[in-house]
Amino acid sequence: MSDTASIAPLKKTPLHAAHVGLGARMVGYGGWDMPVEYSGITAEHLAVRSAAGLFDVSHMGQIELAGPNALAAVQHIVTNDAAKLKDGQAQYSALTTPEGTFVDDVLVYRFAERHYLLVVNASNIDKDYAWIAKHAPEVGEVAIVNSSARYALIAVQGPKAIGIVQKLTAVDLASMKYYWFAHGEVAGVRATVSRTGYTGEDGFEIFVPPQFATQLWNALLAAGTPDGLVPAGLGARDTLRLEATMRLYGNDMDEHSTVMECDLGWIVGWNKTEFIGRDVLVRQKAEGVARKIVGFEVLDRAIARHGHAVHHEGAAVGVVTSGTHTPFLKKAIGMAYVPTALTAPGTEFTIDIRGRMARAIVVPMPFYKRPRS
Amino acid sequence: MYPSHLKYTKDHEWVSVDGDHGTVGITHFAQQQLGDVVYVELPEIGTVLTVGQPFGTIESVKAVSELFAPMSGTVVDVNTALKDRPDSVNSAPHDTWMIKVKLGDPGDLSALLGAPEYETLTH
Repeated sequence: MSDTASIAPLKKTPLHAAHVGLGARMVGYGGWDMPVEYSGITAEHLAVRSAAGLFDVSHMGQIELAGPNALAAVQHIVTNDAAKLKDGQAQYSALTTPEGTFVDDVLVYRFAERHYLLVVNASNIDKDYAWIAKHAPEVGEVAIVNSSARYALIAVQGPKAIGIVQKLTAVDLASMKYYWFAHGEVAGVRATVSRTGYTGEDGFEIFVPPQFATQLWNALLAAGTPDGLVPAGLGARDTLRLEATMRLYGNDMDEHSTVMECDLGWIVGWNKTEFIGRDVLVRQKAEGVARKIVGFEVLDRAIARHGHAVHHEGAAVGVVTSGTHTPFLKKAIGMAYVPTALTAPGTEFTIDIRGRMARAIVVPMPFYKRPRS
Repeated sequence: MYPSHLKYTKDHEWVSVDGDHGTVGITHFAQQQLGDVVYVELPEIGTVLTVGQPFGTIESVKAVSELFAPMSGTVVDVNTALKDRPDSVNSAPHDTWMIKVKLGDPGDLSALLGAPEYETLTH
């Protein structure tokens, strides 16, 4: 996680004052002034694994497509098969270039047959909107709206999340399946509740109008504190998502890495006859890729981080995309792009950590999988 | 917050002086900035330090930082217990020493800050 250099002043989410009031350490991230930690990354990380964490992810963007051609437009610009979605269902997908690389990774929500909402990364909102505005109309007229300012987004994540959110809503959460969503009221606020997240735990992401964000945040804190819920910042969000090997745009994927290199073939609708980047991805699926992302553990006492070079038999062969010391597994883990020949679990390579070569070993992903009840 | 028997640097180390020896750790402010410490890399006994130069690294979940020598001298002891308990830097920063140094130039001590002065610096 690095600060984004920018001349523009940092933007503030509707919950900025709440974070400052809670004593959060604030940092610039993707153009936003965001809480990186409150009580500490380790404590917040462990709270999410054992109880629950409350995250402000209002910096994320929303872009909506509507009209008779909305589905065709979505199908054209993203990799996954949005035709499989029913009303109230969401899907992980990729917005791709003709080269099969990532413009962004996105969640596609089907609000209605002719209305889709894409949740996009904060730092990519303007780029994505411009990309979609250019390419979506290639299949016909479609309304495209950047509605990012209309939503605050609060995530409640962890095994206790369902009990906590259920205290505040009549929406039946137990019957809501993973990657489904519903509209309703939460703490008296008009909301869309989605059973999604970026932590590897069960949990919910709640979309509300920005003017009601603080009301909902405080209600969730009050309802969850007895169950062990704590506010959690971007620091814990990063270590949690990495344990679950969820990719981070700008670290693990970008316009120079393809969906297949990123080992995300499962978000490609292979039965679709057309989408931007399909030819490259179909070819890479058939022929394989020269390099691929892998998960690794550092064997020596050191932490590999984004940008460190991977070495094998004396030559630099790859690069670390994400790395940290994880509070739950208590070891240094990470992801890296390496030649396909080095991707089998058990393969060893070294990582240049500030001039010192540390040994690492390829391990299966994900590092952490939550126990299913 | 900052014990008066210790001296401090602008790089957020503390020094406990005993005759011609100094014991070095990092301050409460430093550990707070770092967050949860997971590794501390220290020099070997016998390493010669130059005032203001890095003598080790400290790594937290968030980031890696260098440790800067508060004074010139020779490392005479290293706290090897930090290998297994790096988190003691967070829980008891002013009681968790890193290295003991035989002073090369006692004059280096005059550049160190007193507790009130250091506390002002951290605000």
